[in-house]
Amino acid sequence: MSAFFDIIFSSHFGYSVLRVSTPILFAALGALISDKAGVINIALEGIMLISALTGVIFSAITGSAFFGLFMAVLFGGLVGLSLGYFSLNLKTNVILAAVAINLIAIGGTVFILYLVAGDKGISSSLASKVLPKINIPLLQNIPGIGPIFSGHNVLTYLAFLSVLFIWFFLYKTPLGLRIRAVGENEHAADSVGISVVKTRYIALTISGILAGFGGAYMSMGYVSWFSRDMVAGRGFIALAAEAMGGATPIGCMLTSLLFGFFDALANSLQLLKIPYEFVSMLPYVATVVGLVIYTIRKTEKIRRIQEKAAEGGNA
Amino acid sequence: MTDEPDAILRMENITKIYPNGIMANKGVNFSIAAGEIHGLVGENGAGKTTLMQILFGLNHPEEGKILLEGKEITIANPNAAIAHGIGMVHQHFMLVPSLSVAENLVLGVEPRKGVSLDLPEAIRTTEALSKKFNLKVDPRSAIRDLPVGTKQKVEILKALHRGARILILDEPTAVLTPQETDELFDELKLLKDQGNTIIFISHKLNEIKALCDRVTVMRAGKSQGVFAVADVTEQDISRLMVGRDVILRVEKSVAKPKKPVLKVQDLMVVNRFRKKAVDDISFTVRQGEILGIAGVEGNGQRELVEALTGLGLYASGDISIGGKDIKKLSIRGIRDLGTSHIPEDRMTYGCAADLSIEMNLLSYTHDHPEYNKNYFLMDINAINEVSNKLVEEYRILCSSPQQEVRRLSGGNIQKVVVAREFSSNPKLIISDQPTRGIDVGATEFIRKRLVTLRDEGCAVLLVSADLNEVMELSDSLIVMYGGKITAYIEDASSISEEALGLYMLGLESQGPEEIRRVCHD
Ligand SMILES: Nc1ncnc2c1ncn2[C@@H]1O[C@H](COP(=O)(O)OP(=O)(O)O)[C@@H](O)[C@H]1O
Ligand SMILES: [Mg+2]
Repeated sequence: MSAFFDIIFSSHFGYSVLRVSTPILFAALGALISDKAGVINIALEGIMLISALTGVIFSAITGSAFFGLFMAVLFGGLVGLSLGYFSLNLKTNVILAAVAINLIAIGGTVFILYLVAGDKGISSSLASKVLPKINIPLLQNIPGIGPIFSGHNVLTYLAFLSVLFIWFFLYKTPLGLRIRAVGENEHAADSVGISVVKTRYIALTISGILAGFGGAYMSMGYVSWFSRDMVAGRGFIALAAEAMGGATPIGCMLTSLLFGFFDALANSLQLLKIPYEFVSMLPYVATVVGLVIYTIRKTEKIRRIQEKAAEGGNA
Repeated sequence: MTDEPDAILRMENITKIYPNGIMANKGVNFSIAAGEIHGLVGENGAGKTTLMQILFGLNHPEEGKILLEGKEITIANPNAAIAHGIGMVHQHFMLVPSLSVAENLVLGVEPRKGVSLDLPEAIRTTEALSKKFNLKVDPRSAIRDLPVGTKQKVEILKALHRGARILILDEPTAVLTPQETDELFDELKLLKDQGNTIIFISHKLNEIKALCDRVTVMRAGKSQGVFAVADVTEQDISRLMVGRDVILRVEKSVAKPKKPVLKVQDLMVVNRFRKKAVDDISFTVRQGEILGIAGVEGNGQRELVEALTGLGLYASGDISIGGKDIKKLSIRGIRDLGTSHIPEDRMTYGCAADLSIEMNLLSYTHDHPEYNKNYFLMDINAINEVSNKLVEEYRILCSSPQQEVRRLSGGNIQKVVVAREFSSNPKLIISDQPTRGIDVGATEFIRKRLVTLRDEGCAVLLVSADLNEVMELSDSLIVMYGGKITAYIEDASSISEEALGLYMLGLESQGPEEIRRVCHD
């Protein structure tokens, strides 16, 4: 047991929480934007996978990690846009279209990987690049805290800055206002001449771009290669994080950190003699438990108010 | 018929046929003069909304033309209508609940500062408009926290902000309390004095009399002519609307109440703002009586009805129906005790709007053996038979029982709800605003049915914001104010409107012994 606490309270563990939260946070923010516009984007998983591979291939071709990132994000945005085309123009069910994208991503990435790298599992034959890590002056020297917050991948910092950007975008800009209006009452938006379709296109594209960042981080930061199914459900965990976070940017950040915590825990516990299969189940169990707790609390709230009043508390 | 030369807007020979074949407008001529308040009346389904949606660019006619100040115009969409100075306040509000008043007002035409939304400017705009047109709203409060009356003001301001000079209001009073209606009328008169033109749709003839200069009457998609309001009586208009004299009085014999069906004892309900919405009330409703609940809306009626029907929770007290405590029962369990419910919000709780009339009629009895062949298959013939019968019996105007409920007019939707609720052999009917926003014909029909059911031994609880209705239809009355019962009037016909008003506004209250009389054993 003490070994367990040694792990949790080490700076190394704090560092790894932030590290593993990063892709979930990007995707959760992507889920947030599309949710606000009234479309559920469950294609985040597939988009991340596609972007992860795109980043590896283009960074290997050009030798530039940033060009790889650019292409990964571009592809993310394009897939988001195409989801918009299927659901908004062709009127397919958005869930089904997203499921199709996820399935294409699973098979398609392996196919492309084989064409490009000659391997069906991993991209190690490609000389892909990773995005740089950043040491923060002054902060890095503070004992205890420095090692947690300094020295992360540039995308980790971007992810947490994005929380702020997205908050500003949603709540302080005209487009953000329109996105929220379209998501909440599309007829109201329509009746004042806001194009519901256009607004949803924009939201899905931004959602795709954010997932693209998450994907690029997976293969050019978290690890330095692409491997099949490497996203491993993070796109779905992000959807849970967004819902539990109460569909707010800050909420998304907190729940992403929570899932990151369990993810990091799973990684660390492998050092102890706990079966690997059990440990790697943790983040997913946490997701299910988290959602259950969230729903129960929501329904209990109303009941509690009634009961409190019944006990004669003055209302 | 009159026809002024100074018509600011004229619709000529408008014909609209919906894809489902319903001819909603048949060669309608409609014209309004600058600066008037023009009433548009007609039974539900007469085609009023359709005609106005054509004017606002939401619908496109098969035939006919629209002339603005003598020049022919086409109105392809709401933006075009707005550009021509035509604004519309819809029957169902077009507002975003979580956004503030100011944000709703500027939505689509947002003021900017750099990349960001200039919220202070939006608030200033709202305040200025609110002042100019004397429509009091708080720019910062969220729409969802506002009462309907205020939401409507926001809608009117929205139209004015976009430069509307001709304002269409589609049944604006259907959702308002009498006080809010009076306020609205003052505001509309002010708008008229400032040179605006208003088209006012209503079912209530007294409102047309009180507010409008001229009135166009529609029946079954056709215009029955336009009249100066001063020259016609309410009876004249109603004859034109329905083609017969409507008796707005309810004919009924004296009630013969028997044993109590619904017993409410020391009930307390707390709303989501942690306020006591229903504060320790007790009453009974007996077989063969209609007990009315009078009161200004928002005095606990909704919470009471939700507690009685199982839609909401209650904090303490006892409710029993037919001698059974309902605390632990599901909504279904409560219904199985013989409770029927006509909900206030018929689109949310009354029906599944996207399903057919037939499906809606069957939504309570679908699992009864007479509609099922076996465990797996429903008996289509039996279903057809009963739905045809109900559609006929309740005179639901539709192309067939397979028609989507959404396509029906308000009055006919309510008839679907009522047909389902009344045909399940109820012992207790909880009837919440049963005739709100529906036409005279349907209103009369529903009221008569309630009286018939009463005579057959049903206990009826009637909640209505329509003072006329609650006084005419009820045998006895209780008045709710601030979540409490302030009066019990054993004989509803014995009290005057004025006296009732004092109880409704909480200015007077009976003593506890007098109120206790509403509890029978
Ligand atoms: N979108 C629609 N599609 C098909 N029929 C409709 C539609 N809207 C209204 N109707 C039908 O057109 C007729 C006129 O309806 P409406 O204009 O709403 O009447 P009113 O406003 O006078 O109650 C009704 O019979 C109604 O069922
Ligand atoms: Mg209408």
